[in-house]
Amino acid sequence: MTDTASRELPLQEIDEVIIRFAGDSGDGMQLTGDQFTSISAALGNDLSTLPEFPAEIRAPQGTLAGVSAFQVRISDFDITTPGDAPTVLVAMNPAALKAQLHNLAQGGALILNTDAFNDRNLEKAGYSSNPLDDGTLDDYRSYPVPMSQITRDAVAEHGVKPRDAERSKNFFALGLISWMYTRPVEPTLEFINTKFRGREQVINANTAAFKAGYNFGETAEIFEAHYEVKPAPLAPGEYTNVNGNTALAWGCVVAGQLARLPVFLGSYPITPASDILHEMSLKKNFGVRTFQAEDEIAAAASAVGAAFGGALAFTSTSGPGLALKGETLSLAVSLELPMVVLDIQRGGPSTGLPTKPEQADLMMAMYGRHSESPLPIVAPRSPADCFDIAIEASRIALKYRTPVIVLSDGYLANSSEPWLLPDVDALPDIGVDFATEFNGTNEDGDGIFLPYLRDPDTLARPWAIPGTPGLMHRVGGIEKEDGTGNISYEPENHQLMVDLRQAKIDGVDVPDVEVAGEADADLAVLGWGSTWGAIDAAAGRLRDDGHRVAHVHLRHLNPLPANLGEVLRRYRAVVCPEMNKGQLCDLVRAKYLIDVEHIGKIDGVPFTTGEVTSAVRKRLEELAGS
Amino acid sequence: MTDTSITPTTQPGDWASDQEVRWCPGCGDYSILTAMRMLMPSLGTEPHNTVFVSGIGCAARFPYYMNSYGVHGIHGRAPAIATGLAMARPDLDVWVIGGDGDMLSIGGNHLIHALRRNVKIKVLLFNNQIYGLTKGQFSPTSEIGKVTKSSPMGSLDAPFNPLAVALGAEASFVARTHDMDRQHMMDTFRRAHEHDGAAFVEVFQNCNVFNDGAFEGVTKKQNRDANLISLTHGEPIQFGADGEFGVIDESGCARVVHTADVSTDELLTHDETKHDPSTAFMLARLARGPFEPTPIGVFRAVRRSEYAMASTRQLAAAQQKQGAADIAQLLRSRGTWYV
Repeated sequence: MTDTASRELPLQEIDEVIIRFAGDSGDGMQLTGDQFTSISAALGNDLSTLPEFPAEIRAPQGTLAGVSAFQVRISDFDITTPGDAPTVLVAMNPAALKAQLHNLAQGGALILNTDAFNDRNLEKAGYSSNPLDDGTLDDYRSYPVPMSQITRDAVAEHGVKPRDAERSKNFFALGLISWMYTRPVEPTLEFINTKFRGREQVINANTAAFKAGYNFGETAEIFEAHYEVKPAPLAPGEYTNVNGNTALAWGCVVAGQLARLPVFLGSYPITPASDILHEMSLKKNFGVRTFQAEDEIAAAASAVGAAFGGALAFTSTSGPGLALKGETLSLAVSLELPMVVLDIQRGGPSTGLPTKPEQADLMMAMYGRHSESPLPIVAPRSPADCFDIAIEASRIALKYRTPVIVLSDGYLANSSEPWLLPDVDALPDIGVDFATEFNGTNEDGDGIFLPYLRDPDTLARPWAIPGTPGLMHRVGGIEKEDGTGNISYEPENHQLMVDLRQAKIDGVDVPDVEVAGEADADLAVLGWGSTWGAIDAAAGRLRDDGHRVAHVHLRHLNPLPANLGEVLRRYRAVVCPEMNKGQLCDLVRAKYLIDVEHIGKIDGVPFTTGEVTSAVRKRLEELAGS
Repeated sequence: MTDTSITPTTQPGDWASDQEVRWCPGCGDYSILTAMRMLMPSLGTEPHNTVFVSGIGCAARFPYYMNSYGVHGIHGRAPAIATGLAMARPDLDVWVIGGDGDMLSIGGNHLIHALRRNVKIKVLLFNNQIYGLTKGQFSPTSEIGKVTKSSPMGSLDAPFNPLAVALGAEASFVARTHDMDRQHMMDTFRRAHEHDGAAFVEVFQNCNVFNDGAFEGVTKKQNRDANLISLTHGEPIQFGADGEFGVIDESGCARVVHTADVSTDELLTHDETKHDPSTAFMLARLARGPFEPTPIGVFRAVRRSEYAMASTRQLAAAQQKQGAADIAQLLRSRGTWYV
């Protein structure tokens, strides 16, 4: 890297590190974290990330509200979460330090941009004295680095205006951390060249800043060592690094291929779901049509129209949008047309916490429509699982001609992990046949089409799309006569149709739930969606400590797996960590009369492994004492 | 404008579904339905390639009575449902039917956005200036002061002018017709069908139960001479017996004059292809209500890129540039590594 004679610093091998980059929302922390993740992925580490950013695009500079952070955990073993507490915190200014210090593990390393710790910034962050020298940081290992100044000096020769020079300081930080964890430099240099192609001055400045950071580590004589995290023993194969929203978007695109249907996405921009619209709008070569609608309702309604026309239709949104789509989803339930709703849950109610995750839309997905309006619900458990869940949701929607809701959340949306690419040829065929023939006869014995004559096995109605000669029919939201689909206000018919719609959803083929851990454990942890990683890791820790803990995780929330009641009854206690006030608990209690105990957390931050571990441990100790 | 080259493959009866029509006896909707069924064979289209989409309201029952594909949707959302359908299936003829409450109140947002996008849907707004299906409340096109069940002391709401709304939303085809003239309806619907883009047609439609005679001042045979102005492209705008009256542009406002009082070249010559919508807007606002001279016919018919085809062109361009669909390539598009 450099021709300066480097000091011989010891290279320590460590099994994992959790780094949190924190700075102003304009400081490029997400980009820095992303790039560190990419290099580490290529080195073969297992990894998991947790981006965290404010809802404002540019909150006032230097304030706590404007702090943007990116946590990445890299390891030489299999991990399922981005880690509870960072062991390294890179703080670009006092606000970042103030907002993030409480997260840092005791004795953790602090890499501080000392240039930003001036009176003005300290005041904005609410520090009455300078934490660099007032003892605040005594419990940590502090590494003060004048990042702004060194960056300015490093880029000066490239003719960058002083005002712009500091903008490269995130690359300085990336360079320094790359040195600390012995990451190769070439991938980042290539990345800079690609990312800023055509802007020579920016490329030169960022390259210079990055190299300056790397060299600083080597020469500054403030670090005792640098570290190496060896590759993790991941299953052999080809990997990519995906976040949940990208995986979900790809799953939707691929589902169209697997169903041999054109894909349509109707969507209205909403945090944290917008990236799905962005990603799918890049896949037009797959025949994917994306429609940025005038509002959430039109987004859902356009999907209904596209589904009637024979497309595999999606609409993506978050909680407030799902509320607006409610009436349209009831229409889709009544029309019995396939479509998939992607709800990337965020904190609420109302605008709530747009960039923070929550799992509090479960009851809305389940019951948030007028009248009896059942539909299937599925939830991915990890970023990569978002790919599979999109295909599974599409399969159910197509097979049963029903809207399906996918409940992802803001954590899965932006968190990423290495994903062993699936064997494309082994992906399921989810294609269904359109109706092309008459399926009944009238009193005169002539062939007719009955749009609500159901398949006896699935109770799905035939899907005859416009353009099919002879099968013209009308569907509508008014109650339909069984079979013909004609308007009917008959009491018996309405009872029958309500029962049939329910029976169809109850009969969706959902795989049995699998139990992780011992079958005869004392306690089961029940979870759904994005809590999988934290529960899995917590159950692992508890087993290591000699406890007998099972983990039951639901991907299908409606209908629930047929064996769920029987499985849960095996345990003396069942606890359920959820980022809500107990929604799955209530559903399971109501259905099975099992006393599921809620472990709640609804602060906009995903469960940590430690939180789940201690809550479950407490319950285990009570059981042991009883 | 009739295309005589088309040999009909269907009869009007082929377009009637087996469902009993359940509008109130005497409703204007019947004559619109008849006009549509009679027109269809001559359009060179087939029932299986035609879809009627509607929202909620009396007018919205229309799809049930046509032997085509149909979606009876939810209140106000028909233009949005139709937009998704027309995008997914640019090969279809998609008609949207709704009333003034459906399209201008609860669904006003979807209407204006469908029109500005210029997606190929044919929107027929049956305007009866009243809520019929909910039994007689004032609508967004009811006149100020209208006494109804929900406005016992008179409505305070200033009404929408549907054509002005459509023009303001950049609609590329804007027309008006009425339920007392079948031929005019058929001619107007045909023009809407031929238009390559979103077409908006206001149909004056009589609700004989809750707002009877709302348009009589214009549409009744004996009033037509005095108050009905039939717009013809390229012709001076004149009406009345022997063209007694004409319309002039007076400092940006349309005004009715005695033809005898002005020279012929002072009369406005109707030009539906004019890209600037100002004249069409002026004509749309000529009458304050259906009690004074009111133009009918095609106000505006201009060419603008059609949305679904533009979307299709983007798909083709993307295939050209990025290559055909390839799942394996997609999954590797963000870089991969081997373990």
